[in-house]
Amino acid sequence: MLSQIVYLHWLSFSKLSHTPSLPIALPFSHQEPKLRHSNSAPKQAIAEERVHFLIHIVFLKVQSLSTNMLHLTKGRVGCLLSKRAVVGLTNSGARMSSHSHHEVSDQVDMSQPMYWDRLDTPLPDRAWNDVLDSKDKSLKEKEKGPWTALSKEEKIALYRLKFNHTYPEMKRPSHEWKTVIGGMFIFFGITGLVVFWQGHYVYPPQPHTFGEEWQAKQIQRMLDMRVNPIEGFSAKWDYKNKQWK
Amino acid sequence: FSPVGKMFRAVVRLSTSGVRNLARTRPCYSAPLSARCYSHAKVETDEEFDARWVTYFSKPDIDAWELKKGMNTLIGYDLVPEPKILDSALRACRRLNDLASAIRILEAVKDKSGPHKDIYPYLIQELQPTLTELGISTPEDLGMDIL
Repeated sequence: MLSQIVYLHWLSFSKLSHTPSLPIALPFSHQEPKLRHSNSAPKQAIAEERVHFLIHIVFLKVQSLSTNMLHLTKGRVGCLLSKRAVVGLTNSGARMSSHSHHEVSDQVDMSQPMYWDRLDTPLPDRAWNDVLDSKDKSLKEKEKGPWTALSKEEKIALYRLKFNHTYPEMKRPSHEWKTVIGGMFIFFGITGLVVFWQGHYVYPPQPHTFGEEWQAKQIQRMLDMRVNPIEGFSAKWDYKNKQWK
Repeated sequence: FSPVGKMFRAVVRLSTSGVRNLARTRPCYSAPLSARCYSHAKVETDEEFDARWVTYFSKPDIDAWELKKGMNTLIGYDLVPEPKILDSALRACRRLNDLASAIRILEAVKDKSGPHKDIYPYLIQELQPTLTELGISTPEDLGMDIL
């Protein structure tokens, strides 16, 4: 039953994020272009989902102590991978049709000039958008004339034709740290459970010498033997008043 | 003061001068001023560096690949380019009818300045005549400096 809960959570989460049913973190996933002002809301929603999801996982973990551990770990690993895929393909909305060279398959043709957004490579090998419709073509023609004749919107459009992300967009902070910290704590928790289970089921019984009575007798014997009487053990015992100093 | 001792001293003196002759390829031993053994490669001065890059971007028939290569290499260096180099690069963009790259170059040098927030305004101030002449808007003008 618990594995079913986890599986349902994972499925619903992956459906929410439009990831494929087999969660693979795509290394070369081209980011969909998005309108400049549509970033914050979906991202926040995904971040919230992620936080809620982590809390759910914590509850499930606390509840489950014995069986279905394998199912849980598989579900959890799948969830982490799907989170990675979400981070990779942010806001996967409708694919804009005006982008050429965007691989529908997972393979990227490395023999062709590639586009990438990198802070240290301001001008990548090819433009972002190579497929120009008639509006873009006329804008490009206008670009050949004096740039003082271009309006601000046209200049922005020209930039967006050639480049995907601006520098501030490249440097935008991500929510990945929450995934990382959350994953860390999950693994700490699993480890804690394993250690607890081990202490209960694997360790042999404690030696009889650890018992209260035995320990008391042992301490008395050590004091009688005057163990470390100058600086150590017996030095701390007040023999006259029969108490610790 | 035996003749053997004198002979020894002479031999020693000769051998040290011989050593000096052998070490002529290392003039740091003999020249009194250069006491350290630095590399003897010729170091390019800042002016030479700037001039070289200005010349690179000033090529009248520069092509798009050369512009990209030049810019990416220049940004790869551990420095913020001088305004005159950027001016030359922006004019190269104009010859290539590439406004987007011109704006990208401005973004790149702003990023290159890192924590030194006063470099970019200085660059824009120096480049303002060129920017107005060519009609290049800064990323700030276009609202592209914020998310």
